[in-house]
Amino acid sequence: MSLSRRMLFGLPLLVVGVGGAGFYELLRRMQTGSYNPQAFNNPLVGHDVPDFTLPGVDGREGFDKKLLAAQTRPVLVNFFASWCVPCAGEAPYLDRLAKSGVDIWGIAYQDKPEAIGLYLAKYGNPYARLATDPSGRTAINWGVYGVPESFLIAPGGKVVWHVAAPLVPEVIDDQLRPVLRRLA
Amino acid sequence: MIPTLGNFALALALAIAVAQSVIGIAGPMLRDRQILRAAPALAIGQFVMLGLSFLALVWAGVVSDFTVRNVAEYSSSTTPLFYRITGTWGNHDGSILLWCLILSLCGATVGAFGNSIPTSLRSRVLGVLGLVSGGFMAFVIAVSNPFARIWPPPLHGAGVNPILQDPGLAVHPPILYTGYVGFSIAFAFAVAALIEGRVDAAWGRWVRPWALVSWLFLTCGICFGSLWSYYTLGWGGFWFWDPVENVALLPWLTGTALIHSAIVVEKREALKTWSVLLAIATFSLSLCGTFLVRSGLLNSVHAFSASPDQGLFILVLLALTIGGSLLLFAFRAPVLAASGVFAPVSREGALILNNIFLCIIAAVVFTGTMYPPFLALLFNRQISVGAPFYDQAVLPLTAPLILAMAVGPLLSWKRAALLPALTKLWFVAVLALLVFGAFILRGHFVAALGLAGAVWVMLGALVDLAERIRLFRIPLGQSFMRLFTIPRAAIGASLGHLGFGIAVLGIAGMSLQTHTIRVLNPGQSIDLGGYNWKLISIKPATGPNYTARDATIEVSRNGHLVEIMHPETRYFTNQKVKTVAAAIRSNGVRNLFATFAGDNNSGGGEFRFNIHPLAPEIWLGGLIMALGGAISLSDRRFRVGAPVRSRLRRPSGSATV
Repeated sequence: MSLSRRMLFGLPLLVVGVGGAGFYELLRRMQTGSYNPQAFNNPLVGHDVPDFTLPGVDGREGFDKKLLAAQTRPVLVNFFASWCVPCAGEAPYLDRLAKSGVDIWGIAYQDKPEAIGLYLAKYGNPYARLATDPSGRTAINWGVYGVPESFLIAPGGKVVWHVAAPLVPEVIDDQLRPVLRRLA
Repeated sequence: MIPTLGNFALALALAIAVAQSVIGIAGPMLRDRQILRAAPALAIGQFVMLGLSFLALVWAGVVSDFTVRNVAEYSSSTTPLFYRITGTWGNHDGSILLWCLILSLCGATVGAFGNSIPTSLRSRVLGVLGLVSGGFMAFVIAVSNPFARIWPPPLHGAGVNPILQDPGLAVHPPILYTGYVGFSIAFAFAVAALIEGRVDAAWGRWVRPWALVSWLFLTCGICFGSLWSYYTLGWGGFWFWDPVENVALLPWLTGTALIHSAIVVEKREALKTWSVLLAIATFSLSLCGTFLVRSGLLNSVHAFSASPDQGLFILVLLALTIGGSLLLFAFRAPVLAASGVFAPVSREGALILNNIFLCIIAAVVFTGTMYPPFLALLFNRQISVGAPFYDQAVLPLTAPLILAMAVGPLLSWKRAALLPALTKLWFVAVLALLVFGAFILRGHFVAALGLAGAVWVMLGALVDLAERIRLFRIPLGQSFMRLFTIPRAAIGASLGHLGFGIAVLGIAGMSLQTHTIRVLNPGQSIDLGGYNWKLISIKPATGPNYTARDATIEVSRNGHLVEIMHPETRYFTNQKVKTVAAAIRSNGVRNLFATFAGDNNSGGGEFRFNIHPLAPEIWLGGLIMALGGAISLSDRRFRVGAPVRSRLRRPSGSATV
């Protein structure tokens, strides 16, 4: 039995050993809070928004990257859809957020104009501007995982914060508000 | 009182498991016949104790004993009796107790029915099983005790997670776990063989039926899970490449490889080391499947809440079980000598090809599943690997597997000629090409490939069977009689391949699905796929612990009523959760699928309609595959003429050639 053949039999053990060490480290980081598999960290955070131009709904004007970047106040871009149940869940909180003076721009993801109209009529319209992304292509470019997802865009067009979950009060108070205060 | 007794029985089972492992592994060295007989008795005792313990937990659920935390958190006074029982294993702690119960059942089965196995080998097998089961019982008792109490008890309990309140999901975990855990026997045989330093044809014959039983349960379990997600989650998909699904698929892939490679061990005494490694790998992947997911390390929609100390305990257990067996493998595997020699083109060669591709697919799926956490670990980058990766990576690997699948069974052992086998399949190839051409003309490349592959495998399996019963070469009556005289394992194998082909047919058909999302008011209708879908009314309805909105949809074709469908949205009052109950109507070759997303203000609602061509075949194929396994299991040589080891007994450890 040659040595290299003997080493071959040890290979599975080596693989499992390395894997096990990796898992141990992940577990340790999870305990210290520096690793959270449940979080969707969008790679866009810290970078400019990708190029896009989206039409509006019902003949009204949509928006594009240039317009978004030209704002002087931070804008919360919210991807939603009329067919999405959690979106309806976050709708009252979005309304409250809009009334408190935050600019919210909506992008309807893979949706039909009439359905969007019905949805906004039922759950309220917190959006200062509304665009529609029927093909979902812009959402893909933004790295959207599912709806609802929200991005905070600083003046100049840089993504400063992102959440892939409904904007419930805990998320707004614990995460969004501190970022907004920092930007102000 | 009863839960306390259950807890006590659990502790007793642990004590027995410790005794079983020590006596089982050390016993054969003592050369004392009495001691060798102890391990089977201990294995049965361990099963009885765990059975009592599990019954105690079920009892606590049935009588709604809310002092037991497990019952208080996952059951409630309004939960129907059936779900009070099944809720026992619908949560983390209870499901691990079930896991241990099935593991001890495996040991008890070997103890009670393994009389044909040499006593020393059986003792070692039971010892290894006792070691594994002892480790996991220690886990249950130390950090995940389902009998933990709370005081004061809540008045009503929190209730079963609504989407788990489903008959399909109630039977899914026990079946899946039997599949996972059953591979522990193959694992124990592998480890025992490494300790003994001997693997021969008889070993292959002992391991195969156990592996086959677990494989068929795992196949059924995966089928049930996929069917459940198809009709419950309301988006009409049957496989999402979610980590939890992947970790169930991994042992299935290596287990499928194992039941094929064990044939080679049994018939030709080749691939021994490889089969031992596969047995270890399959059970290791099963362990990862059950436990890695629970450690919270993988991001999955199937969330099981687990605390970090549980995660660490699990990791240590996995390291000991998997690492220990692989360490043994590294040192002892060189002792196992190969003997069977064969040409590349032969039945053995085809089975090796099967093994290679199954293992590569397993490696791809494993990499895809583990890539995100390890990328986060090494480069601090977060990504998710989704369906497009798996679809693109697995498809080209499945294609050669499918190609070889029809040819392999027609080859002879040792050395074969490819041409005669291919000539038997020429008309199958023509048919497959016709199907391919027909669908490629319509612009469906993936569907064309899948359907052609399905036709190739299905008809190939039938040709194999026809060859065996010498159809059309001897009178039909004699051919029919041969169906009962040829080995059942051969029929099982053909059926297994046929089932796989049918499942491929269904999966390929699903890629041709059409769907639409529409807001409809009562009286309005839409056309989709040649059917007219008309919303008649939306009415309130009530279930045992939920209220619902029930829509009536009339589906007609050319003016004739085909189906009346009732998709619902359900609101579970206790948990304040809304779920979607899809309506599915099947005629065997296509499914109509309707979901009702919710009301709008004007008395209508939003609907999603799908037509899934050939969808039922996915699960039908899976069940036929499992049936093939069952028929193979009833083969004569597993029932009577129990495998006997060759007389020659070389002293262990010196068998190197």
